[in-house]
Amino acid sequence: MSESLDIDHSVVFVRRSEYLNFVQTLRSQGFEMCADLTAVDFLEFKDRSLPEDVEAQRFEVVVNLLSLSKRKRLRIRVQVPDDDPWVDSIFREYPGSEAMEREVYDLFGIVFRGHPDLTRILMPEGWEGHPLRKDYAPGRVPVQFKEVKTTR
Amino acid sequence: MTQDQRGTETNEGVLGLFVKETSEGPQELRPKQETQMEEFYLEEGYVLRVPEGDGVDLDEVDLDSIPDDETMIINMGPQHPSTHGVLRIMMELDGETILRSKPVIGYLHTGMEKTAEMLTFMQGSTNVTRMDYLSPLNNELVYSLAVESLMDLEIPPRATWIRMLMSELNRISSHVMWMATNGMDLGSTSMMIYGFRERELILGFLEKVTGLRMNHNYIRPGGVAADLPDGWYDDVVAICETIPFRVEEYQELLTGQPIFRERVEGVGVMTQEQALALSATGPILRATGIPWDLRKTMPYLYYDQVDFDVIVGSVGDTYDRYSVRLNEILESVRIVEQVIEKMPPGAYKTLDRKVTPPPRARIDESMEALIHHFKLHTEGYRVPAGESYVAIESPRGELGCYIVSSGENRPYRVHVRAPSFVNLQSLPVMLHGGLIADSVAVISSVDPVMGEVDR
Repeated sequence: MSESLDIDHSVVFVRRSEYLNFVQTLRSQGFEMCADLTAVDFLEFKDRSLPEDVEAQRFEVVVNLLSLSKRKRLRIRVQVPDDDPWVDSIFREYPGSEAMEREVYDLFGIVFRGHPDLTRILMPEGWEGHPLRKDYAPGRVPVQFKEVKTTR
Repeated sequence: MTQDQRGTETNEGVLGLFVKETSEGPQELRPKQETQMEEFYLEEGYVLRVPEGDGVDLDEVDLDSIPDDETMIINMGPQHPSTHGVLRIMMELDGETILRSKPVIGYLHTGMEKTAEMLTFMQGSTNVTRMDYLSPLNNELVYSLAVESLMDLEIPPRATWIRMLMSELNRISSHVMWMATNGMDLGSTSMMIYGFRERELILGFLEKVTGLRMNHNYIRPGGVAADLPDGWYDDVVAICETIPFRVEEYQELLTGQPIFRERVEGVGVMTQEQALALSATGPILRATGIPWDLRKTMPYLYYDQVDFDVIVGSVGDTYDRYSVRLNEILESVRIVEQVIEKMPPGAYKTLDRKVTPPPRARIDESMEALIHHFKLHTEGYRVPAGESYVAIESPRGELGCYIVSSGENRPYRVHVRAPSFVNLQSLPVMLHGGLIADSVAVISSVDPVMGEVDR
């Protein structure tokens, strides 16, 4: 995990159980900002290349941390299984991740444990399903087109 | 946070304290009497939790149980003219003072990240350009850079310089547009007209180059769609000569006016620690005094070959955010002036036949050219499997694009890190403790583009 920290734009794979501790460590090592937090649903892309010690799961939470003092970026990829999709929230380390974690929860259904206000942010409250999942078919809801009455 | 803390160093202790201060547990709005003293301190940045659409059933309300305090919750937007689109804000007021607030977004959500998964890599730029409709060329740029980084594509120098030229002109047009709307929010209708006049000047040039005033689809993976038209040099010189003169007018119209200064100075103050903790980027971050501009600190394109300054503020109030944007217009003009002198001749898109369709004239002569043209425009090119995150400095802050490719002709996942979306989180902090009349000035100073917030 530590050797890749020297690379300019590095990617680190972290286990879900170690994720929060790892972020806390980075936070104290000068990564001041959580630039981005998103997720990917790998349901239809199972043979992606991963390091040998990483077990591929359906979801991947991708966190981009930014160090302004070192001018460095670091990307953390966390594997999240389908049957119990949760990760720890990093809200306490980076309050700026609040809206991004809500977005991932809204669109992927990944639960962030310890998030203060885990509700839908883009979709309406009460919406069923999580649209950015690969098994969420767009066009599933039929659109009603009204018949246009012509006067002629 | 008092204003005395403005100049404090960005160190662990102070930042750690703030991080602790913003963690406030369950986001329920409880009666004032039950609030502990500790929680009063946490009120800053507190997130209001009001269910959407659930009206209160008056029969079920026990009037005796309603706490006797002075606060009330009001709703602003989503169709309020000063919310720059369809932003809705819930505010808790004590008299005229805003205590807590919560931006409610999603009214313009059209699922563009999902749409991007259905489009080929070539079609993708038509999609991303519609996100931030005030700086469409920057959206196309970050998407193209992300695709190119996956493909290891070499871009000709002229294409890169054209991209810089267009990106900076777009930054000017976006900032003068902000000047215009900010002026109107603060009651200066002449500024509105002035700002739109300058924007029109630049949009006219963009139309001449790209064919469209907005949503250009001009910067594409592999280069740009077309070469600069005849007479572009004189047009750009005319813009570069006009804009600084017009900025002088803004200085007279706004900067020098006591009424304008009264409305923006000391309003919506945000400290460096708060800006960093809330992931704010762009003019908001720079207004607090942190010189973080990706063009300078993590250069992309050829920004390391041009000379320009990063504008920073000192207090982090609405006036600083105004000044940063105003001076960035002049810096962008400076960059444009250098770019047009350095513009080299050559190809304006990559000559890789697997990415760039053959020129129209070749199709009539060569069967292979016709096949290539047909294949590229129907099936598109394939991008090697992998993932990439590229970030650029858009007029609103760090605009990032995260693309995952599975080796197909369309991206597996496209995520856009929208600066407006992230910057909106700083609104509760800026609004806290201010007057409700100032909220319009503060919302405007964040410069949210709702198309990008909701995507």
